[in-house]
Amino acid sequence: MSEQIDLKAKLGLDVFKPVREPHIKIRPGREKDPRLKPALRLCPAGLYSENEKGEIVLTIDGCLECGTCRLTCGTEVLDWNYPEGGAGVQYRFG
Amino acid sequence: MEKFDVIIVGAGLAGLGAAYMLADRGLEVLILERGDYPGAKNLTGGRLYVNPIRNLFPGLWEKAPLERFITHEGVTFMAKERSVTLDYSGNELREEPHQSYSVLRSKFDRWLAEQVENKGIMVLSKTRVDDVIKENGNVAGVLAGGDELRADVVIACDGVISLLSEKAGLRSPGSPHNFAVGVKEVIALDSGMINERFNLEGIEGTARLFVGEVTKGKFGGGFLYTNRESLSLGIVIGIGDAMDYTLPVEVPLLLELFKGRPELAPLIKGGSTVEYSAHVIPEGGFKNLENLYGNGILVAGDAAGLALNIGFTVRGMEYAMASGYFAAQAVLKAKETGSFRAETLGVYKKFLEESFVLQDFRNFQEFPTVVGNPRLFTHYPELVGNLMRDIYTIPAGPKDRLFSTIRKHITPSELWSVFKDWRSFSKL
Repeated sequence: MSEQIDLKAKLGLDVFKPVREPHIKIRPGREKDPRLKPALRLCPAGLYSENEKGEIVLTIDGCLECGTCRLTCGTEVLDWNYPEGGAGVQYRFG
Repeated sequence: MEKFDVIIVGAGLAGLGAAYMLADRGLEVLILERGDYPGAKNLTGGRLYVNPIRNLFPGLWEKAPLERFITHEGVTFMAKERSVTLDYSGNELREEPHQSYSVLRSKFDRWLAEQVENKGIMVLSKTRVDDVIKENGNVAGVLAGGDELRADVVIACDGVISLLSEKAGLRSPGSPHNFAVGVKEVIALDSGMINERFNLEGIEGTARLFVGEVTKGKFGGGFLYTNRESLSLGIVIGIGDAMDYTLPVEVPLLLELFKGRPELAPLIKGGSTVEYSAHVIPEGGFKNLENLYGNGILVAGDAAGLALNIGFTVRGMEYAMASGYFAAQAVLKAKETGSFRAETLGVYKKFLEESFVLQDFRNFQEFPTVVGNPRLFTHYPELVGNLMRDIYTIPAGPKDRLFSTIRKHITPSELWSVFKDWRSFSKL
């Protein structure tokens, strides 16, 4: 998808400090939970995708820590936290 | 073990507002911030309205690194193939003190944190707070990076997804219907070019909102603010409204489509995007406010749900700074009595109610319902656009009479719907 390439380039403009361990995880066994679906369209960084097995996959690199997925999917399917101190996106303009 | 008088979680405008008020009062105050520096995680559309908070923070505004003072306001009703813009400017917007400024948070918050540090308050960055310490039903401090940090009072200013106030049992994760997400680009553009394109002099600025096709009929809209040497351009979309599988494209693509509109493209042409950002925004209003305080804890800013969208103005930052200020004032009051239980800290709510903060929230409590009217985002922009098209079109043959042109669009059933919507607007 061309817009995906474009999004990668956009996220490449931001400053990210490495995150030791993913701060948001799909809870084990919930990968096909329909509550994850809205994140496919709503995640501003496009980090949620669906694989050929029908499982939702989350790639954490590029997470803007906006909070949208926590609201759309809920904490029963997502183990959601902020990255550790000093890690993750660091806005220079904001 | 060190014990503080006050621990503030989050160096955003609520936290820094609280700290600024608490400075020079002989209290041990610590601010904990998870970003690399204050402002690193903070985001606005955005524009700050100074009037309501000018006197709460005297002496702050002259030197503050604000961007441009807003002298031009615009609202654009965006239909699929056309748009109608309402443009307002006036001498009152050019007179000092200026009522509102565009602002970039990383710059502004970082500067404000320096002012607070100069007043002897410790700001500890790169530190995430993991939990509250509870003792005998009181919040007695926080756990951060494996350390127990104790305090008489904790002020939760940790933003819209306030994990801290959830852990303290003061609020729930919330319904997606009470939140929107904002997605924004900062586009660098030469200041002279900005002035030319937007008809501005010096550091005058423009604020423009867009409603309709921008969000494909969902609750929300687009925004454009001029900064000194950049534009802040983005969209906001209601999360609950966008979740129902009828949103035809992904949110990141909505922003691209917005940028590609003929109304926008020439304004950003030649500019280069320097940052892409996103953040959730509270949209629940007065009826969805949760507990603002508990034993040993106060909640301020976005963490308390204190943002207010009333269509033409979208505000959050001044409520954050003011609520931080009043939380600090409540701490001082509680300190006099020696008790930091909810009964004494509850004076915070009274301060908010006596101020513009909760008065605005009360006055505009119907807004989330009324601006949730889907006709605002599809029907009306198309109607206004079609009406304008037919008024301005000169056909090859004779032109229709004006009244029949209008009547073609404003039919009796249309009039009836407008009347019903108007009745709901009157609640505002």
